[in-house]
Amino acid sequence: MTDGSGDVTELLRSWRAPVLERWIELVAAGVRGRMTEPEIRSELTELYGLVEGALGGDRTAAGELRAALAEISRGRARQGFSPAETAIGVFALKQALYEQVRATKDRAAYSTLIDFTAFVDDLGLATFETYASAREQVIADQAEQLLELSTPVVKLWDGILGVPLVGTLDSARTQVVMETLLQTLVDTGSRFAVIDITGVSAVDTEVAQHLLKTVMAARLMGTECVISGVRPQIAQTIVTLGIEFGDIVTKANLADALAYALRHSGIRTVREAGP
Amino acid sequence: MERVPVLRIGGLLLVSIQVDLQDQTVLALQEDLAERIIATGAHGVIIDITAVDIVDSFIGRMFATIASMSRLMDAETVVVGMRPAVAITLVELGLSLGGVRTALDLEEGMRLLGTAPPGGGSGDGAAAGPAGGS
Repeated sequence: MTDGSGDVTELLRSWRAPVLERWIELVAAGVRGRMTEPEIRSELTELYGLVEGALGGDRTAAGELRAALAEISRGRARQGFSPAETAIGVFALKQALYEQVRATKDRAAYSTLIDFTAFVDDLGLATFETYASAREQVIADQAEQLLELSTPVVKLWDGILGVPLVGTLDSARTQVVMETLLQTLVDTGSRFAVIDITGVSAVDTEVAQHLLKTVMAARLMGTECVISGVRPQIAQTIVTLGIEFGDIVTKANLADALAYALRHSGIRTVREAGP
Repeated sequence: MERVPVLRIGGLLLVSIQVDLQDQTVLALQEDLAERIIATGAHGVIIDITAVDIVDSFIGRMFATIASMSRLMDAETVVVGMRPAVAITLVELGLSLGGVRTALDLEEGMRLLGTAPPGGGSGDGAAAGPAGGS
C-alpha cells in the first residue's frame, strides 16, 4: 500500500458519518424506490467497513469486499437494474468523499483523493464485469428454456406425430427437434411424422440441410416423414436455391399432410350421411 | 471369435445383433447369412439392432451390403429397432442407407415383409382393421 492510501483510510474513518450518509443518499436517488432505504443502508454500511479495511492493507477485507460487490452486482443484474445504476453504486462513494473534501477545503486531502479514485475505479470495473457475466448467464438460461419450449412433438392420430416448427432453425434447435422426435417415435411406435414448417420464418440451404437430416434419421428408424406448410415464398426460395428434397413428400398445409398420412396408414375417414 | 446367430422364422431370417460388432464378426455374418438364404430359400431378412448403441461407418455400410446381397438372392432386408442416437450418428456420417428398408420394431418389420407376426397383432386395432376391410 502507498503512503497516500494510509491517509485515505484516515479520512474515511474520520468522516465516516457524513460520507456514508451522502453515499446512501446518492445511491438511493439512483435506484429510485426499487430498493428500500434500510436495505441500501445495511448494504453500504457493510461495504464501507470493507473499503476501510481493504485500504488499510487488510487482505481478508479486500477479498470480502470483492465478494460482496460481486454478490450485489449479480443481484442487481437479476433484478433488471441497468448497468449505469449498478456502477453508480460504487462510483457514488468517490463523489461523496470528494464533496466532503471540497467542503473542508483541505488541500492535502486532494492528493490522497487521486489514489482513492484509482481504487474505486478498479472496484467499479470489477462490479461491471460481474454484472455483465450475470446478465449473460440470464440470457443463456433463457435461450435454453426457449429451446425446450419451442420444440413440442404432438400426437395427431394413432401412429401419426406432428412436429410444428416455429421461428428460426439453427443447428442447436435441429438437434433438439431431432432428438425429441426420434425419442417420441420410439415411445409411441409411430409410423408417420408430419413436420410442419408454417411457422419457420425463412428457409435457406442450412435450414433445408437440417430438415433433410431429421427426415433421414426418422426414416432410418422406419418412420416416414411428411413436410407440410410450404408457403409460396418458401417454395420459391427452395427452387431458386436449387435445394433437392428428393423423394420426401411435401404438402402445402398440415391438413393435406394428415390426410396423406391417414390414407397411407390405411385409415379412411367418412362423412356421416347428413339430414 | 463370436458369431451372430441367424434364426429362421417361417420364410424369414432373423439376425438379432446382441454383441459388440467387430469388423471380423460383421464379415462372418455376411457369409453366414448368404449361405442361410440359399439353404432356406428365405424371402426376407430382418436385422434387429435394438441392442446396438454404437455404430461406425463400417457397420453402417454393412447394412447396405447385406441388403444388396440379399436382394440378388431375392430376399428383402429390413433393419428394425434402430435407436435414436444411432440414427442421428448415421445421418451425421452421411449414410442414409438408400436401399435398406427400416421399421420401428420387429413386429412392424415382419408386417412390412408381408408376414403377420404370431398372434395376429391384436394390440394394434387401427392398423389391423382396414387391412381386412379394404
